[in-house]
Amino acid sequence: MDAAYAILALPLLGTAILLFGGRRTGDPASGWIATAMAVGSFVATVVVWASLLGHSAASRTVHKGLFTWIPVGSLHVSFGLQLDPLSLTWALFSSGVGSLITLYSIGYMKGDSSYGRFFFYMNLFLFSMLVLVLADSYLFSFVGWEGVGYCSYGLIGFWFERNSAAVAAKKAFVTNRIGDFGFMIALFMMFGHFHSFNYSTVLAPLASGRLTLAGATATGLALMLFLGAVGKSAQIPLYMWLPDAMEGPTPVSALIHAATMVTAGVYLVARSAPILHFSPSAQWVVASIGAATALLAATIACGQDDIKRVLAYSTISQLGYMFLGEGSGDYGAGIFHTVMHAFFKALLFLGAGAVIHALHDEQDMKKMGGLWKYLPVSSWTFLAGFLALSAIPPFDGFWSKDAILAAAWHKSPALWAVGVVTAALTAYYMSRQFVLVFGGKARWVDRAAEHGAAGHEAGGHAGGRPHEAPPVMTVPLVILAVGSTVGWLMNAPFAGLNFLERWLAPVFPARIAPSFAVATGTKWAIGTVATAFAILGLVAGLSAWRRTAERPALEPAVLAHAWYIDETVSAAASGPLARLASGVSFGVDAGLVDGLVNGVGRLAAQSGRQLRRFQTGYVRNYALGIGIGAAAILAYLATRMGG
Amino acid sequence: MTVPGAWYLVLAAVLFGIGATGLLVRRNVLVMFMCIELMLNAVNLTFVTFARLLDDIGGQASVFFVLVVAAAEVVVGLAIIVAMFRRRAAATADEIHILKG
Amino acid sequence: MIQSVLFAGVGHLAQSGSGCLGPNGTSITGLCTSDNSLHMPVAYRSILPMLVLFIGALVLLLVSALLSKRSRPGLYPVLSTAVGLAALVASVWEWYDVGNRGVSTIGGQIFYDRFSVFFGVVVSVTVVLASLVSDSYLRREGLDGVEAYALILLAGTGAVLMAEAAGLIMLFLGLEIMSIALYVMAAYHRRRTESGEAGFKYFILGSFSSAIFLYGVALTYGATGSTRFQDIAGYLARNTLVHDGVLLAGMALLIVGLGFKVAAVPFHFWTPDVYQGSPTPFTGYMAALAKAAGFAGLLRTLTGALSSQQANWRPVIWLIAVLTLLIGSVMAIAQRDLKRMMAYSSISQAGYVLVGLQAGSAAGTAGSLFYLFTYAFVIVGTFAVLGLIQGPGEARNDLGAIRGLARRRPGLAMAMLVFLLAQAGVPLTSGFLAKFYVIEASVQRGQYPLAIIAMLAAAIAAFFYLRIALLMYAGEGEAAGPAPALEPAGGGAEAAGEAAGEAFVADGALTAGLQPVPSLDGATATLTWEPPPEERIAIPPAVAATLAICVVFTIAAGVSSPIIDFARHATAMI
Repeated sequence: MDAAYAILALPLLGTAILLFGGRRTGDPASGWIATAMAVGSFVATVVVWASLLGHSAASRTVHKGLFTWIPVGSLHVSFGLQLDPLSLTWALFSSGVGSLITLYSIGYMKGDSSYGRFFFYMNLFLFSMLVLVLADSYLFSFVGWEGVGYCSYGLIGFWFERNSAAVAAKKAFVTNRIGDFGFMIALFMMFGHFHSFNYSTVLAPLASGRLTLAGATATGLALMLFLGAVGKSAQIPLYMWLPDAMEGPTPVSALIHAATMVTAGVYLVARSAPILHFSPSAQWVVASIGAATALLAATIACGQDDIKRVLAYSTISQLGYMFLGEGSGDYGAGIFHTVMHAFFKALLFLGAGAVIHALHDEQDMKKMGGLWKYLPVSSWTFLAGFLALSAIPPFDGFWSKDAILAAAWHKSPALWAVGVVTAALTAYYMSRQFVLVFGGKARWVDRAAEHGAAGHEAGGHAGGRPHEAPPVMTVPLVILAVGSTVGWLMNAPFAGLNFLERWLAPVFPARIAPSFAVATGTKWAIGTVATAFAILGLVAGLSAWRRTAERPALEPAVLAHAWYIDETVSAAASGPLARLASGVSFGVDAGLVDGLVNGVGRLAAQSGRQLRRFQTGYVRNYALGIGIGAAAILAYLATRMGG
Repeated sequence: MTVPGAWYLVLAAVLFGIGATGLLVRRNVLVMFMCIELMLNAVNLTFVTFARLLDDIGGQASVFFVLVVAAAEVVVGLAIIVAMFRRRAAATADEIHILKG
Repeated sequence: MIQSVLFAGVGHLAQSGSGCLGPNGTSITGLCTSDNSLHMPVAYRSILPMLVLFIGALVLLLVSALLSKRSRPGLYPVLSTAVGLAALVASVWEWYDVGNRGVSTIGGQIFYDRFSVFFGVVVSVTVVLASLVSDSYLRREGLDGVEAYALILLAGTGAVLMAEAAGLIMLFLGLEIMSIALYVMAAYHRRRTESGEAGFKYFILGSFSSAIFLYGVALTYGATGSTRFQDIAGYLARNTLVHDGVLLAGMALLIVGLGFKVAAVPFHFWTPDVYQGSPTPFTGYMAALAKAAGFAGLLRTLTGALSSQQANWRPVIWLIAVLTLLIGSVMAIAQRDLKRMMAYSSISQAGYVLVGLQAGSAAGTAGSLFYLFTYAFVIVGTFAVLGLIQGPGEARNDLGAIRGLARRRPGLAMAMLVFLLAQAGVPLTSGFLAKFYVIEASVQRGQYPLAIIAMLAAAIAAFFYLRIALLMYAGEGEAAGPAPALEPAGGGAEAAGEAAGEAFVADGALTAGLQPVPSLDGATATLTWEPPPEERIAIPPAVAATLAICVVFTIAAGVSSPIIDFARHATAMI
């Protein structure tokens, strides 16, 4: 069990080494150090998981104290780890996928001038993410929450010399602030009500039925927590930062903005299930926001040309599915989809990275095509990820999406309908992506032909034609592809094979997450309909894009511009709002806040300048100040004489 | 005729006030310094008076401490003043105001 | 031998009854009672840290007299550090000793309790840190010599005495021993006019405030019949004063005198001038030491001896705390000299300790003690960094000097960042917990307005701490440096977003006050915002070690609890 400490200690150690020695260890040692730490952390997680399996199902919650932070009076804040099925599920896939992506980055980041800094952030991110999920209290979790946010901004803006990267980092920062604000309000409310932040004192009594929560309190608390989740997990209305976050290096997109960090919101909602249980309206909000986001993002993904932006919108859409599952009361399904998504979305991003790598930083799908024969490993593995995401049986996505759709059907057929339509769109935009990138004719410029083979030697790519990535990059692809193909076996919906569901059962007792039975016939029907829709989308995509990359009719500007939502918000913010915060032309996103802050600042600075007049430099003026002070105190105390 | 103890206290308070006022209004550094000495001695007078009034030796003993401390202050103070005004014509406190704001 | 003679004599006198006969046969009470006799058993272990520091200073002077001049350049800092460490060891030993033996006094004039020992630890640590950082500065400025270290040790002696004092006279003695040493330290840089001016101002105003303090001692003595805290408290507990004017006046003057030492508004005017003019490492030492000792005196006097007068002094301290918090923060924003800015910052920090004092509760005292202990590391570290970047002759103390520090010395910038964050009160640094404890104590006493003002002051203060941080991480002429490193402080990403650095610097409250400020004599001062020349800042090993200690402590005390337990145990005053 003491391996629990190693889960956190190893990435932290790696962070420290790379912080102080990153410049010296250099390329590629920094990457190997970071990978070793990540793998070590994963191994430790597996060890803890194995030892938890040794416990009986009911006693699979182990608490590990770390330290007491504020031991004062009414407020006793201590930080510790809570090892239970829920936290370990996240820790397992975070450190597992994190290890693979760190390994992949060794090849991808090769030659970058800030190689050490990149891996410093990767390890720091992993550490923060593990703190977030393993923490035993909302407050400690919030520390990790902020930590992953910090790494996210740092990595989005990793190439800060590009203006777009700096702007994207700023956008992510501001958007996440709004969510964090909700989280903080939730913390205050929680402390006001429970006088504690600890899961054991806040959640356990609610889950076991020793305590109930008034509907209004539960709704307020749940919605504020969900606001935090919305910011972190890029849901409506705070989703706009995620596509821009693709400015970061591709492994970052895979790790932080697809597989792990953005699922922190899903974790938070799952963790808060006992609170959500007392507020059916909050559950409806979660499910509806999830469904709406899934649909909206899927439509936008259909009109994107940038290989990574398609995947980014797809991520938003899939996160919507996860919230749909949770809001529908089937947390197991939401988490199942989270884990499966971690496999196939990480795979897709890394595959996209391999393509971008091979095409010298080309990200426009219209300038790709025909890569199948040049990049065999990437193509095959991408295919697996594509089928998994498109929910084609028997790949991962089918099973987890099926579970969510069943839960949605139980909640409301309307939600289910949205889910099914989204499934069709998903299959459509993914097949479009697949054929645009790998199929058809090569639309990229053959650099070998252009420059001549010799001229391109300096570029580091012998031959000049796209070629397969080195093994450090393809090995993670293959592992993830295998995961995307057979990972569903961990929770197959057949008697006795639903390991994940049984593993998670102690966290979601029937009291807070009543199980519901969907008739077997309905289940089959749901699965069949969903598959039919998915295949429909797949066929549509393939047939439409197989021969040509130019079909303007299928790419209306409204989709390419993401329904103009971003532009509208920007225009509104930069127009009226900016004028509102007159004199503050600082930024559109924080216009109002800045105005307030600057106002206070100006006032303070102004009064400071005025007060400086009293600081004349003459000793006797200073003595006079002391004298006046003394006289004032004497005068005041004179009024209290005899009292 | 005996002088009531309170009169000594008033005298001491007046001396203290004179010292404090002198520090505020005089510009000559040495005079300012003397004003501080005046204040300290006003306190000594207060101590002695209270000691007498309370019939307690502690106040009288305190005076010795104050005298010694005052002597130490003089030594250090004069040294600082001399170092400061070595290259100046007049020992005026108002000349010294580079540091301000 | 001498003791036995004395004892025999006293025994003889004591035989004649409760008092003893004066020359004319009258009975003098109070002189020769058994607890007030000439023979005073002195438990030297209870003043061990003070003795170590004092004797250490004498040894230093002796060694320097025996050795030829400048024969051992690095000897004195090493000796001084060793003395500080010895005092630290003595203090730690005392901590357990006082736990085992219980508290005691020496003749009712010196307290031996955990409160004393706590400050023994604080002062010893400060002495060690100051000795380590001073060496390289003094050598750079050509001021190397034994005197600096002797003064450091003597000032420490006075500070410990202030914390140990069981009476107002001892408090005054400690105050003077410390202050006189500090006056000299302020004026130590012979060739800098500013240093002389600092010493002069500190001396005149310090003496003035000492006289006021002493008058307060005399008045308190007159009102209660004793200068000893126990007697004062006992007297006030037994008697209800009909005419408490003398006592109240005495209390007011005591507050003035000690308020001066801790740089509380409106007794703070000396602080910026003295902090700016003094040799930089000494400034840090002064800020840590004088504050700790001054607050020790205030706590002893107000929460100890005069606790029955809480209703009278708490409103006074309330107002002083509010003024100190706000004026310190607001004035700091308008500064362009780093040392001066940190001086105002230290005024503002004193405000928080006053908030803890104002609570007048054990929790408040514990918060104040925690604050003082952790602040010592932060402020010594801060001034150590400033001492390195200012260059020979203290050439560059303006804000521009720190620009781009992160690029030139990332480690140094990181250390400075930690200190700034701690002073701004960012979580997971000691500063956050320190502020939290005092504000929490204040809230417990129902002082919501004060708590809110304290938080507001922290928000205002965050501006200039953040401004320094931004400058450190700003590149040459552009703000888009490695901006992500700013983000722990919040708002840093905005910096990353702004391509044009000058536009950013000219706009926004973070940089308010960066614009040229018309100086008082009418002329507009021209500011040099150019970063200093790209020469490598040498970081001497001793300073590096000190900074490492300070950073580690600041973070460690910010994430864990032993220090507050330590402080909480120390609140048990006699």
